[in-house]
Amino acid sequence: MASHGIRDKVAIIGMGCTNFGEHWNKSTDDLLIDSSSAALANAGITLDDVDAFWLGTMGSGLSGLTLSRPLKIQHKPVTHVENYCATGSEAFRNACYAVASGAYDIVMAIGVEKLKDSGYSGLVVSAPAGDGTQATVTAPASFSLLAPAYAYKYGVDEAELKDVLTRIAWKNHRNGALNSRAQFKKEVSKETIAASPLIAGQLGIFDCSGVSDGSAAAIIVRVEDAHKYTDRPIYVKALSFVAGPAAGPIDPSYDYTTFDEVVHSATDAYKQAGITDPRAELAMAEVHDCFTPTELVLMEDLGFAERGTAWKEVLAGTYDLDGELPVNPDGGLKSFGHPIGASGLRMLFECWTQLRGEAGARQIPGVGQKDSLKTKALTHNLGGAPGACVSFVSVVGSKLD
Amino acid sequence: MTGIISYGAYIPYWRLQRSTLASALGSKGAKGVRAVASFDEDTTSMGVEASRIALRGVSETYSPQSLWFATTEPGYLDKTNANAIHAALSLNTSVNAFDCLGSVRSGIAAMHAAACGNSMAVLSDIRTGLPGGNDESMGGDGAASFCFGSENVIAELLSTGTSTSEFVDRWRIPGEKASKQWEERFGEYAYAPLVAVAFNEALEKANLTAADVSHSIFSGLHTRAVKAAPQSCGINLDTLRDDFAATLGNSGTAHWGVMLANVLDTAQPNEVIAIVVLADGVNVILLRTTEALVAHQKQQDNSLTVQAQIAAGRNDLSYAQFLTWRGFLHREPPRRPEPDRPAGPPSLRTAAWKYGLYGSRDESGFIYLPPSRVSLQSGSIDNMEMVRMADIRATIATYTVDHLAFSMSPPVVAAVIDFDGGGRFQCELTDVDPATVKIGDRVEMSFRRLYTQDGIHNYFWKAKPVRTGVK
Repeated sequence: MASHGIRDKVAIIGMGCTNFGEHWNKSTDDLLIDSSSAALANAGITLDDVDAFWLGTMGSGLSGLTLSRPLKIQHKPVTHVENYCATGSEAFRNACYAVASGAYDIVMAIGVEKLKDSGYSGLVVSAPAGDGTQATVTAPASFSLLAPAYAYKYGVDEAELKDVLTRIAWKNHRNGALNSRAQFKKEVSKETIAASPLIAGQLGIFDCSGVSDGSAAAIIVRVEDAHKYTDRPIYVKALSFVAGPAAGPIDPSYDYTTFDEVVHSATDAYKQAGITDPRAELAMAEVHDCFTPTELVLMEDLGFAERGTAWKEVLAGTYDLDGELPVNPDGGLKSFGHPIGASGLRMLFECWTQLRGEAGARQIPGVGQKDSLKTKALTHNLGGAPGACVSFVSVVGSKLD
Repeated sequence: MTGIISYGAYIPYWRLQRSTLASALGSKGAKGVRAVASFDEDTTSMGVEASRIALRGVSETYSPQSLWFATTEPGYLDKTNANAIHAALSLNTSVNAFDCLGSVRSGIAAMHAAACGNSMAVLSDIRTGLPGGNDESMGGDGAASFCFGSENVIAELLSTGTSTSEFVDRWRIPGEKASKQWEERFGEYAYAPLVAVAFNEALEKANLTAADVSHSIFSGLHTRAVKAAPQSCGINLDTLRDDFAATLGNSGTAHWGVMLANVLDTAQPNEVIAIVVLADGVNVILLRTTEALVAHQKQQDNSLTVQAQIAAGRNDLSYAQFLTWRGFLHREPPRRPEPDRPAGPPSLRTAAWKYGLYGSRDESGFIYLPPSRVSLQSGSIDNMEMVRMADIRATIATYTVDHLAFSMSPPVVAAVIDFDGGGRFQCELTDVDPATVKIGDRVEMSFRRLYTQDGIHNYFWKAKPVRTGVK
């Protein structure tokens, strides 16, 4: 399989991200207007300068009109993209390819989701008409399957695993407390997290990502044009998107302690970016912590820990803001919130912010300065359920290789 | 010789203690328990379970001419309920499926029809009444299924007797949740002369006397009339067999079937069984067990006898849960959308999967659930054979307890199970205590009504713990 990548061919020159949370007073249109305006202002351009648009939303609208109508876009290509919870990343990936192909000079990738208008708890996805035999478990239940399987395979006892999951939630809340855009801007004690009411399996309410509204956007140009707009563009090093046969739920050899799709997309992305030791080379990572066991397993799938050891690394603080490899410095899906279509771009927004040294109170030490040794950041975004998901990995960096 | 060649009874897992019921209502409690169909069961699904047990006892080549389903509590009107049973048993399309609905006596009709044509009679009922009433407390839920044929007969049909009379003893307008009964002494009076007439007719036809009867089964919803009947038959009271009043309750249409299954579980060859059913008249069936019964009893899984199923039941169902399951108590739903109704066209396309639990097996032996057209390893298309998984046991690979998902009886316990010999499936567990589920637990499949939406019952399979039995 050929996957050549577009390393150092396109760059981000501006980004915008709304606050995530319960926007009772804002519509999908409002959120799109706010994030796109912020990204355009950040890049120092106007809407007229943008040649084409990629809009990611899973359930907040259909077709390009969802964006062109509120923004009053004058007869330009607007592509609607959906790929489960990796929708925002998928919009970004396709927008990058359009620039790299030479078809357009300036494009926008924008993601949005309005979840809080449904009135339901958790995520609600409408399915096509079926025979009624599909498993009806909720998202937290699907991902909670990872916890007992991981504990069983690696001999971690139930209470110890609960401590590990609690620490992941605690860390992400602690990071989110330093982020004015986050849905939950508050530290939460480990005791409170561990004692929260159970939602599914071992997972309490604090093990689940925030259901929220929000939008984020990026402006992308060719690398040679980037410095026309900013002194500090962020270069795209790797983009990998993988969908598998979704065989986990039917294949007895799948053991619910890994996401094969993530391993494949990470391998591809590292190859594109020329990364051989991600844990040592990356300045930070934004990963898809939809539920705490997901983040645990991702540490191993992304090569941030040896198999069977991520739980120890979590307890040791390896992924804390001041740890060896900070993971989800912006609070992650857990405390920043998870408006589906926006999340992939929100992850990139944190990379953009950290690598440019603009993260303020949560700025990772030694990152984002001119002489920083670590100049690359990773985003990981997935959609679906263990054994049957789509996975996206990007690597971006502040220096050309 | 025509007669029963195999049988099965199904007793649901749950029991409501009558003392629990009494303490909830502040009334005087009767003794014992009643059997309760779970929230995900109905008469159709219980009929499937009883029939699966019955079909374990026949050769693989057995194909009934027809399947006759009898109940007072059908899942549907207009639409034939027996068809879902037919589909779940994966019977051939050339096999008829018919309902005999509405009255307790319809079970006799199913038995007569099945006996005439080497067919199956499936009797199933869910019995309750208004809170605090006798029917609620003394009713019970269950099903029984009988395969008739002319070879390897384990109980020969000797004769039948009948007496029919129109009188108002028990009645119910369609759609109502509880039936009504006239003053009890009137029914006793009306039934009394009918019993001996029917019984003597059957005896005469079979050239037998009351003294020839080894096991007698008296069944009917009119407790006093049923109690008085053996005497008017002149039958030896030592031949009266357990009516399960203390351990199951009266399961209406299915009740004499459950009692007969219990008798057949332990009867000796060459014994005469008398069945006397008081329901809008009296019907009598005389059977004689054969030598083939011995072999049949030997091959039977000892966890599937009526007594074993009674013993395996769980006694701590709360009254509130019972009322909720039977639709007498509407509780606050979770803040989640209700499930979609199963759509007609996809349900037809996947009927072998949805009802028969068929998977597909590729050239490498990998089993796909649901059936797949494309092989995972080789990519070859349509190179599959269909395999029925319903009767294969499985092991829990991992599981979760979902407190958020919509359910009539939360939480939903979901598991990933691996079938013996291949095939993985993610499904709900039922009749299970969420606190005791473990990886590695053994489970078996059970046909259930998952939910009802827009008047369409969503029938499909769940897994339940293997509790006893080895074979």
